[in-house]
Amino acid sequence: MSRKVLTTPYIVWGAAFIILPLFMVLYYGCTGSDGSFTLSNITAMADSVHYKAFWNSVWIALASTLICLVISYPLAYILSKGKHRGSGIVIMLFILPMWINFLLRVLALQVILSKTGILNAILGFFGLPLQKLMYTKGAVLVGMVYDYIPFMILPIYNALCKIDKDVIEAAHDLGASARVTFQKIIIPLSLPGVISGIIMVFIPSISEFVVADILGGSKVLLFGNVIDQEFNVANNWNLGSGLSIVLMIFIFISMAIMNRHASEEGDNMLW
Amino acid sequence: MNLLEKYYLQGKGKLMAGIFVLVVLLIISTIAFTGCFSSGKKSDDKNTVTVFNYGDYIDVSVLKTFEKETGIKVKYEEYVTPEDMYTKYKSGVINYDVICTSDYMVEKMMQEGEAQKIDTSSMEYYKNIDEKYLDFCKAFDPTNEYAVPYLWGTVGILYNTKVIKEKVDSWSILWDKKYDDQIVMQNSMRDAFMVPLKWNGISLNTTSQKELKQAQSLLLKQKPIVEAYLVDEARDAMVSGDASMAVIYSGDATVAMEENEDLDYVVPKEGSNVWFDCFLIPKTAEHKEAAEKFIDYMNRQDIAQKNFDYIYYGTPNKAVYDTLDDDTKEDYTIFPEEATLDKCEVYKYLGEKTDQYYNRLWKELKSY
Repeated sequence: MSRKVLTTPYIVWGAAFIILPLFMVLYYGCTGSDGSFTLSNITAMADSVHYKAFWNSVWIALASTLICLVISYPLAYILSKGKHRGSGIVIMLFILPMWINFLLRVLALQVILSKTGILNAILGFFGLPLQKLMYTKGAVLVGMVYDYIPFMILPIYNALCKIDKDVIEAAHDLGASARVTFQKIIIPLSLPGVISGIIMVFIPSISEFVVADILGGSKVLLFGNVIDQEFNVANNWNLGSGLSIVLMIFIFISMAIMNRHASEEGDNMLW
Repeated sequence: MNLLEKYYLQGKGKLMAGIFVLVVLLIISTIAFTGCFSSGKKSDDKNTVTVFNYGDYIDVSVLKTFEKETGIKVKYEEYVTPEDMYTKYKSGVINYDVICTSDYMVEKMMQEGEAQKIDTSSMEYYKNIDEKYLDFCKAFDPTNEYAVPYLWGTVGILYNTKVIKEKVDSWSILWDKKYDDQIVMQNSMRDAFMVPLKWNGISLNTTSQKELKQAQSLLLKQKPIVEAYLVDEARDAMVSGDASMAVIYSGDATVAMEENEDLDYVVPKEGSNVWFDCFLIPKTAEHKEAAEKFIDYMNRQDIAQKNFDYIYYGTPNKAVYDTLDDDTKEDYTIFPEEATLDKCEVYKYLGEKTDQYYNRLWKELKSY
């Protein structure tokens, strides 16, 4: 019992801020405004507006995850080799922005990307034509990648650092070329890190809506915006909850697929 | 201790832990549902007044002098949009005594029985309010019993005279392809729909689905040339030159024009929205007397003057207006001409059904 007492804070926390809200979302999602049971809030997903916003979100989340991965993996690989004296500093540089509130970082991007912003001022200085950067899907994507990239780099970096050097040396001793070693040893062994990186970037970005408001000028409607509007403008908590349930189910399914994929790869990598 | 005992104890431990979790869950859900967390409900202190107002919408020194002069403590909270306010009010977490909000929201709350009558007859400074504006307020508060006007203004076009050389006097300029990627629209439903409605000479309080659908198709046509849909950031975008035209509130326009002298503001000739932000006392108020004292205090000439100087929106306070110099009185951004004002309308609450239709059209516009 005495040890269990230590878990009390977490249990209280979890019950109040995780379990209870979840049940409330479920309750609101499955009832109409009059309190009777209905599934219409969930089937409302078929509505073209919701559907479109949903795929917008999926597309942007996939794109930002992919971009994060493409940038992070090589960087994490180079850093994990640790031959470069500056690698500690580079890691630090990626962690540093995480100390600053995420909204402030998005607002800072606004200053950089806007028509009269820093990037366009630089372009103008070199006599290049001004670019429309702000209030586009591209700007939303840049914002998300910028915000979530540390969540991709760190797990991959950790996974790569944990790979036993002896395993790599053994592969070389047994005649594997550098390329084969990378393909057969390093990639499979770093996969858990990649998977958790993907999950940590994909899930927050699929439910994102603030970045779309600020950097997208509210011209890009994401699924998070729809849910936000239902709660805060339309005051329709039932529909908002129904759509949240759909999003949750989608996230659960994609995580299940990721995990299965990870364990299959896991089997391969051991033998 | 033998094995049996050990298993028994372990089992008991698990059972106890299970019961413990259940009890905690139960307590927490009771707390959450009855709202014991709220600070507003717990305070029995007679000498407080809880005020809920738009963000940055009062000269805060006024709150201090009120506390000093009356001995009533002010709990002051802020919100962004009337819808935010309504959601928070409805959740019942805090019992507000005074809410300052806009015309159509006042009407919605009145219709839902969420507002209570204010005893204006016993107010010392209520007479400072110009009859003219009380008449305007009758659009949403027919007997002037539920709402005391605080500030008012219009919605119009703020434009950059360096970029836009032609005369701006009609909403139609917002559909001119010449100004592609330079137009900022309001990111709030009714203000956005008001523009095509007034442009076509339709009342902004129409409940006709056909007319609203038409307005939506105009907004859809406009979307490709719109730079962004913004609310508060519209002002910054205009000041910095990121946009050269914005649909904006008169008060924001005044502030922007002070910061960038190339900017000018116009209420288009087709008419627009004239809005009133009013004080109301919600049904759940616990300190009605203090609330009335607070509202009355806001109407005192020196206090209303302070707020006017700080916010620079139109004041319905005659005592303040009379002391203004002619330049301010003739500042058409703050006090538009009678002829323009005649064509402006106050938003009315359109009822649940039209509200939902608006939401639907707005979502379609945004997802397009």
